[in-house]
Amino acid sequence: MALIYDALVQSAQLALVLALAPLLTGYIRKIKAQLLRRRGPPLLQPYRDLLKLIRKEAVLAENASWIFRTAPYLIFATTLTAAALVPTFATGLVFSSAADLIAIVALLGTARFALALAGLDVGTSFGGIGASREMMIASLAEPAMLMIVFTLSLLAGSTQLSSVAAFVQGPEVGLRVSLAMALVALVIVAIAENARIPVDNPATHLELTMVHEAMILEYSGRHLAVIEAAASLKLLLYFSLIGCMFTPWGLATAGAGFVAYAIGAVSYVAKLAAGGFLLAVFETATAKMRVFRVSDFLGAALMLGLLGALLLFVSQSA
Amino acid sequence: MALTVLLSCVAVLLGTSALAVAAARRSVTTVFVYSVALLVGAAALAAAGAFLVTVAESAETMKLPIGLPWLGAHFRLDALSALFLVVINLGSFTSSLYGLGYGRHEPSPGRVLPFFPAFLAGMNLVVLANDAFTFLLTWEFMSLTSWALVMAHHREHGNAKAAYIYLVMASFGTLALLLAFGLLAGPDGGYAFDAMRSAAPSPGLSAAVLALVLIGAGSKAGLVPLHVWLPLAHPAAPSHVSALMSGVMTKVAVYGFVRIVFDLLGPPQWWWGAVVLMLGGISAVLGVLYALMQHDLKRLLAYHTVENIGIIFIGLGLALAFQGNAMRTAAALALTAALFHVFNHSVFKSLLFFGAGAVLGATGERDMERLGGLIHRMPLTAIAFLAGSTAISALPPFNGFVSEWLTFQAILLSPQLPQWLLKFLVPAVGAMLALSAALAAGCFVKAFGATFLGRARSSVTQSAQETDAYSLAAMFILVLLCLIAGILPGYFIDALAPVTRQLLDAQLPLQAQLKWLTIVPIAADRSSYNGLLLFVLVATAGWFGAYVIHRWASHALRRSAAWDCGFPDASPATQYTAGSFAQPIRRVFGTLVFRAREQVYMPAPGQTQPAQFHLSMRDLVWDYLYAPVEGVVGFVADHLNKVQSWTIRAYLSLVFSSVVLLLMVLAVWH
Repeated sequence: MALIYDALVQSAQLALVLALAPLLTGYIRKIKAQLLRRRGPPLLQPYRDLLKLIRKEAVLAENASWIFRTAPYLIFATTLTAAALVPTFATGLVFSSAADLIAIVALLGTARFALALAGLDVGTSFGGIGASREMMIASLAEPAMLMIVFTLSLLAGSTQLSSVAAFVQGPEVGLRVSLAMALVALVIVAIAENARIPVDNPATHLELTMVHEAMILEYSGRHLAVIEAAASLKLLLYFSLIGCMFTPWGLATAGAGFVAYAIGAVSYVAKLAAGGFLLAVFETATAKMRVFRVSDFLGAALMLGLLGALLLFVSQSA
Repeated sequence: MALTVLLSCVAVLLGTSALAVAAARRSVTTVFVYSVALLVGAAALAAAGAFLVTVAESAETMKLPIGLPWLGAHFRLDALSALFLVVINLGSFTSSLYGLGYGRHEPSPGRVLPFFPAFLAGMNLVVLANDAFTFLLTWEFMSLTSWALVMAHHREHGNAKAAYIYLVMASFGTLALLLAFGLLAGPDGGYAFDAMRSAAPSPGLSAAVLALVLIGAGSKAGLVPLHVWLPLAHPAAPSHVSALMSGVMTKVAVYGFVRIVFDLLGPPQWWWGAVVLMLGGISAVLGVLYALMQHDLKRLLAYHTVENIGIIFIGLGLALAFQGNAMRTAAALALTAALFHVFNHSVFKSLLFFGAGAVLGATGERDMERLGGLIHRMPLTAIAFLAGSTAISALPPFNGFVSEWLTFQAILLSPQLPQWLLKFLVPAVGAMLALSAALAAGCFVKAFGATFLGRARSSVTQSAQETDAYSLAAMFILVLLCLIAGILPGYFIDALAPVTRQLLDAQLPLQAQLKWLTIVPIAADRSSYNGLLLFVLVATAGWFGAYVIHRWASHALRRSAAWDCGFPDASPATQYTAGSFAQPIRRVFGTLVFRAREQVYMPAPGQTQPAQFHLSMRDLVWDYLYAPVEGVVGFVADHLNKVQSWTIRAYLSLVFSSVVLLLMVLAVWH
């Protein structure tokens, strides 16, 4: 019986992330437009875009191989799996033992690997430029992410997200320098991973500095829809990750009652709204970087993460 | 029993080698040699595997009356050697199967066939040896047979030089091992491993032995800075031999290190771990950075061996650091991670070299800048190479991820280490490990993308055909192993338990009985991973996505020219090359590590000269370590040359003065 209940919570979480992801993208676009004193597209526009795309004919380049056609589904599947494993409104999910934080980071790595290959598949210069820069960014973002994981799991004594959330909710956490460093580093990584300003610009593919949009330039129709859905899922996932690790307040524990779950869901939506608003303000206030400045930006994240971990290694003794 | 089977297998291999010398010119010999090696490999694999999972607690020994008369040849089969025998014979089984197809294209079979089984026999014997003499003799036999295989295509440009450097480095490594065993044996000459095990060397002595073993085994394994021969020699051999050298022979070197340091040398000091960790971390990062700069497919793979050996040594260094502080379970975790990576790397590196060999056989080309679009012409090879690339990039659900995950878990246990040096070193090495994993993914996007994706960059791919059935069978066996070890790692970790029990007297909790086949190295609330569940989840999510799309989306599909922002160019030269793919990473890391300098010359508008791009990179290890040594050796040799033209008087006085000097030394000594 408990298993069924847990499975229900897990499926509710799955449905929640699937349903909320495009809304979050639309919400951020709306705020950004309002900050520029435009009216902006309606909140539900991303859903309409997806529906429109899947009704359209897909155009494939002549020499596109099966990699190009299967990559969207693989990217979607790995991102969805990762998103299903990050607690949103409740911890103690059924599948949480399948993957810890390191495995979730690696799952996103699999998605990126597939996307970069798809970018190279058609053999155009834009696909190559995107794939090459994406892997350069990842080569710094992934170690930075793992250093953040190190910092948190050294504090919590665990790489499981539920345990990390429980630790941060608990009494002994206090204010820690390492945690602050990890938070800053994680925000930088999240910005880079989701191709946001100042690393990349999600709104255009007409700049030569583009990364993500260059890789998916050849996609159209249903394939593009799947990739867009995966991209908004990934953005949501990073919001959930930050929320779960640094602001786990309101998060329901396993087997809590319906009220706790409802509180969890409400606080989750509130966190998304606050986070999305901050991201929109940040994006509007900053300018896009030159691509080779990105390495400095991410290098800072890596150093912060390493420093945070180092501080803990040094301060913890047997 | 198992030991007898294994030694008989070795005898059969040596006999086959002798037969192949006699009948090298007959075409049937190729089939005969590889079939025998295939069967023997299977038999030895079964014997060693059965030993490892059933009776690994007890060791089998045997003494044969060959070798030094007062010593004899000692052989011993225990859990550690059984594990490495599994790795060796899995490699020999698959590469023989691959050789059945690939070996037919060999232009000079007489230069490969006699040495191939001898090389396999040599590797098996090193792992079975139980005294220093047998170990060194078989180690040198393994080096020389592999040197002969590197020389197989000696007329090709660069191969003779590669083989020469290999020979020098291999001799140097063996010399270091010889001295290490000399120190271990002590003044009484206890050359049997059992005698060394019971002796207790002083701290200074064991430090010297550690340094010598790091040089001896490290040079064979390819630890930075002793790696220089590896990326030259491994690609020069025929591809199935490259697979054996890179995937398996480097593991024999790891075996040598583990056997001496963990088994013979007695209880470790904590700082041994620090040294090994540092070397491992540097090898991991430098190996993958070197690999990223390559455009020769096989050389890229060889540099990745340097990276993976670095990862293995990170695990071994952690195990030493933990063991030096009597943290047995943590040491068992680190050692398990290292040994699991030994197995995993042997599997996916063989697979990748087989794939590179298939590409080489189909196109005659190793240079990625001249390949491209092979996924259309060699679809099955492409799938196999893609699986290998995913595994080596440490991406779930394949096996490379699991062993790196275990290494990370071991790193996370290290704040309890009391020494300050380790407290600083371990997180830095963790960052290096993470960096190398991320760079490896970039490198394999480049390797797979440039070789198999995009459009053909030259005409060599026009006539490319899918490779033969034997090669494909060998590759897909390995693909299957990569996947099984990735989604059911619990069984593999349990199989390593006897080895950690033997060496550290500790083991991880048994994994196979855990619920849902989850692996939990320490405690459930600390960390867990379930490859099978993850695989099922990803597959279900993918199926769900595909189902939704096929149920509700439009099925219309049109093939057309590439969009490319409205300006598609028919010339394949406009697409990204391997070199341009690596350019951003070169710019971020290479300016420091390789002193990479780019010079661009753009003619002014209206002028008709071509634009020029010049890139210069330096190998600092070669420039600052090997070039001075080479210079000194050359200088000394030049000056000693004069001795050859001395008069007989001068020779006699030299001999006389040496004798006087030696006698004086003796007199002072007493």
